[in-house]
Amino acid sequence: MRVKRKPKHTMPTKYILLILTCLCVVLLFVSFTLNISGGPLNTAAGYVFVPMQKGINAIGTWFSDKADNLKSLQAVMKENEELKAQVDALTTDLNTIKLEQYELDNLRELLELDKRYPSYEKVGARVISKDGGNWFSTFLIDKGSKDGIEKDMNVLAGSGLAGIIIDVGPNFAKVRAVIDDSSNISGATLSTTDYCIVNGNLQTMNENRVIEFSGLKIGEDTVEAGEQIVTSNISDRYLPGILIGYIQQIDRDPNNLTSSGTLTPAVDFEHLEEVLVILEKKQVGK
Amino acid sequence: MRRKITVFLIIVICFLLQSTLFQAWSLASVSPNLLVVVTSAFGFMRGRKEGMWIGFFSGLLLDIFFGNVLGFYALVCMYIGYVNGFFRKRFFPEDIKLPIILISVSDLAYNLLVYLFLFLLRSRFRIFYYFVHIMLPELIYTIGVTVFLYFILLKINQKLEAVERRSASKFV
Repeated sequence: MRVKRKPKHTMPTKYILLILTCLCVVLLFVSFTLNISGGPLNTAAGYVFVPMQKGINAIGTWFSDKADNLKSLQAVMKENEELKAQVDALTTDLNTIKLEQYELDNLRELLELDKRYPSYEKVGARVISKDGGNWFSTFLIDKGSKDGIEKDMNVLAGSGLAGIIIDVGPNFAKVRAVIDDSSNISGATLSTTDYCIVNGNLQTMNENRVIEFSGLKIGEDTVEAGEQIVTSNISDRYLPGILIGYIQQIDRDPNNLTSSGTLTPAVDFEHLEEVLVILEKKQVGK
Repeated sequence: MRRKITVFLIIVICFLLQSTLFQAWSLASVSPNLLVVVTSAFGFMRGRKEGMWIGFFSGLLLDIFFGNVLGFYALVCMYIGYVNGFFRKRFFPEDIKLPIILISVSDLAYNLLVYLFLFLLRSRFRIFYYFVHIMLPELIYTIGVTVFLYFILLKINQKLEAVERRSASKFV
C-alpha cells in the first residue's frame, strides 16, 4: 500500500553542522567584539529558567531550615549561655567604641572631613544558581534590569566585595565573583594606599582558598600579612574603598621594586546566599 | 513532536539540577556535567543529527547563563553530540561499556577544549595541574552520576521509540 507522504527534502546533517558552526562563530565574534550578549535570548531564557531556579532554591532553603530546626534543644541552651556571656563582653566593648566614635565624629567635624565611604544605595538579592562547569566562578542573582540593576554594578556580600555584574536580563543578573579566574581588580592597601592588581586564580583558590595580587609598589617591609586590600580609587569599574580581602602572604618580586602574594577573600564564596548590589556605578569620564 | 518536548524537558531538568542542586552537592568544589552526559547519550543512541541539535541547545543554555561570550559552549557541545553520533552503529542498549567510555571521553574533550580556549589563551600553562584537580575529579563524579542518569535516558528513549513505532505502524 502506498503511504501518502509529504515530499521530504531533508538536508544532510553535514551541512546543518556547517551552518550551525558558522552561526556559532559569527555569534562568538559579534559578542566578543561588540561586547554584547544575549539580548532577546536573555529575556526569553530568563522568563523560562529563573522562576524554576528560584523554586529549586526555595525548596533547598526550606530543607536546610528544617535541618537547622532539628538541632537539639540542649545545644541551643548551651549556645544561649555562651551568647549571653558574649553579650556582656560586647556591651562593654560597645560603650568604649561609642565614646571613641563620638570623639572621632568631633574630630571629623573639626577637620571638615566628609565620611570616607558615602553610604551607597543598595538592593538585596538572592543567589539562585552557580556556574554549571568547574572552571569559572560566576553566579546568577534573582534581580535584574527590572529592579534597576545594570552592567558593571558592584556586588557586596557581608562587608566585602563579592564581584561585579557582567550581564543582565530582565529578572536575573550574572555576577563574576572576585575569585573567578578571569577577574582583575585594581586594589590598594588600606593603610598606605599603594596600588596593586588583584586577580582571581582557580589554582590558588583550589589549593588554599586564596587569590593573587601583584605589582604592589612598596618599600621593604612596609606592608605585612593581615593588611586589608580594598578597591582602589583609580579603578574604572569598582567603587573605591570596598574590602576585597586580607593579605595572607607577601613576597618581594625578583625585580626588587614590587611585591606580590596571596590574599584571603573577605567573602565566603562557598556559602553565598544573599548579596547586596550597589545601585551606583563608578563615574568615569570618557 | 512528543520527542522534541521530552528532550527539551530533559535538557531543562539537567541544566537546572547542574546549576543548583549539584552545585550544593559539589565534592572537592567539583560538580558533575550533566549536559554533556545528555548530549553524548542522545548522540550515540539516536545518531549525529539529534546529538548535534541537543548539544547545540544545551551549549546555548550554558552560554546564555554562564558564558562570557555567546556561542562557545554551543559550538563545543554541538561537536560532542555530532561525533558521538558516529558510534550509533556500535551501540547496543545492554552494553554499558561503550556508553561509559564515550561519555568519559566526551567529558574529557569538553574540559580540554574549555581549558585550551578559555585558560591556555590567558597564559595559564599548568595543564597537568588542571588535569589532576579539575578534569579528573569532574570525570569521576560525572561517571558516578552517569550510571544512574544513563539508564533513565535509555528507558525514556526506548519508551519514545516504542511509541513512535506504534504510531508509525498505525498509518500503514
